[in-house]
Amino acid sequence: MKGFILSLRSEFYKSRKTLGFWCSIILPLVICLLVFVGYLTHSDKMGKMPGQLLWMSYASIILGVMGSLLLPIYVIIIGYSVNSIEHKADTWKTLFSLPISKWSVYAAKFVYALFLVFMCLLLFYVFTIASGNLLSTLKPELKFNEFHMESFLGQVYLKLFLASLGILSLQFLLSLVWADFLKPMGIGFLGTIAGMILVGVKWEYNYWIPYAHPLLAINGLFKQPKTPTPAPPTLSVELFTNEIYVSLGIAVVFFIAGFFIVQKKSVK
Amino acid sequence: MVINTDQLSFHFGDQQVVKSLSLQVPEGCIYGFLGPNGAGKTTTIKLLLNLLHPDNGTIKIFDQDITTHRIEILSQIGSLIEQPAIYSHLSGRENLCNRALLLQVPVSRVDEMLELVRLKQAANKKAGQYSLGMKQRLGIALALLSDPKLIILDEPTNGLDPNGIIEIRELLMKLVREQGKTVFISSHLLAEIERMATYVGIINHGEMLFQGSIEELQGLSKPLVHVELTDSADAANLLGRSGYTVSDVRDGNLFIPYTSKEDTGKINTLLNQHGHVVYAIGKVQKDLENLFLSITQNS
Repeated sequence: MKGFILSLRSEFYKSRKTLGFWCSIILPLVICLLVFVGYLTHSDKMGKMPGQLLWMSYASIILGVMGSLLLPIYVIIIGYSVNSIEHKADTWKTLFSLPISKWSVYAAKFVYALFLVFMCLLLFYVFTIASGNLLSTLKPELKFNEFHMESFLGQVYLKLFLASLGILSLQFLLSLVWADFLKPMGIGFLGTIAGMILVGVKWEYNYWIPYAHPLLAINGLFKQPKTPTPAPPTLSVELFTNEIYVSLGIAVVFFIAGFFIVQKKSVK
Repeated sequence: MVINTDQLSFHFGDQQVVKSLSLQVPEGCIYGFLGPNGAGKTTTIKLLLNLLHPDNGTIKIFDQDITTHRIEILSQIGSLIEQPAIYSHLSGRENLCNRALLLQVPVSRVDEMLELVRLKQAANKKAGQYSLGMKQRLGIALALLSDPKLIILDEPTNGLDPNGIIEIRELLMKLVREQGKTVFISSHLLAEIERMATYVGIINHGEMLFQGSIEELQGLSKPLVHVELTDSADAANLLGRSGYTVSDVRDGNLFIPYTSKEDTGKINTLLNQHGHVVYAIGKVQKDLENLFLSITQNS
């Protein structure tokens, strides 16, 4: 356990000056800022919307950009980034000749990648809520203050996090085994595009494809009812759906498989 | 014995890299592990550190088996394998601090190490911008950081300038002399090992060809008679016809195995009688460099 905590701290120490780490902070910051500026400069058009619809449109723009394309790509980069730091410096041999168990070194790396994804999604959540509230202060005609969706949005981002675990574990393993950038990246891109297509054509077994999970997780959350009703739509999230179970299953399987690979792997 | 391996074997694909290697490294010595490039030195070191798993044989370090006491053993070893493994986006100090964190060594030790390998000036510079020699010195500092009992260094003087080589040599000798450390150092340069090692192991094609103290190695070196003259080829033929074995002919120089003073006189007379002017004749010790070459080439 001590070795695990030491390794985890070292992961943070090593990566705090890398693109992978800053990506997790800059990505939510930039996207939320862009949408924020868009609403700020076009507040006259949004002024008529009731609070709930305003929040829904605001959050769904950010979620749409993130969930469909950016999240899988971001997760692929994180999986690559935490492993490439060792490939590039040729430090696997030193890591595995330290008096720390291989299990601790490996698990710390995986958990750190998990933490980065979690942090990124948490920042998305925090920035969305904060910027929405800031908007209603700056432009009182935007009625963000009339509705609260903290709990709903929190569940959505939690679901997105769970949905990204399958991709993360798969990509983590690919980047652990292969030192180069193109192989895991290429497979990841193909997977992501295949996922988008399969969700688009509504293939009934698309929940088996990990790259489709983030998109499936946010699909249909903000659907407007077909016949307009005076009552606003009720917002609810079913957290544990098929894709989430599959995502968690894949994460567990690949995490364990990765450990056996590390255990057997010769460090050349 | 600090390191004791028995019948160690390892292969990559169908290539046998290490063959029944039995290493014995006594405590408190500098053990020079010599061999030409590709002899299996780095592979042996990786086996010792449990980075590779042997096909056959056992490895005991501090009288404990590496497979069952991995963490205990590794906590007493500091190592530098091949080119130093350094995070190039971190500074020299940060590289050491990161390792200090993992090994739970106080940060004060980092400054001591920087001082020791003379990197204090460049401590806050990105390690990626270091010269090869500086990287090597940082690698040595990383190996020594935890104050280990056994120091394993794979070609540590690669890329160092003559001053750097002397500093590292003196540092290692001091560590052994004053703190009773054991140093296991690999090299393909005999001259380097000869100056500091007390024990030597010579390996080629994965096989141990010689293992013993440096004195034993020097004892193996047979003396020769060195003759300097003009027409060495003709003189060599003459000596050959007269029953002498000429071991080497190099323009103007002849080398014949030394037997006795009288024999040396006879060689001189024989050459003079046949019109060869001998400029110099005398007994010479075959140097270790040649011995090393002949040991590794004859295998």
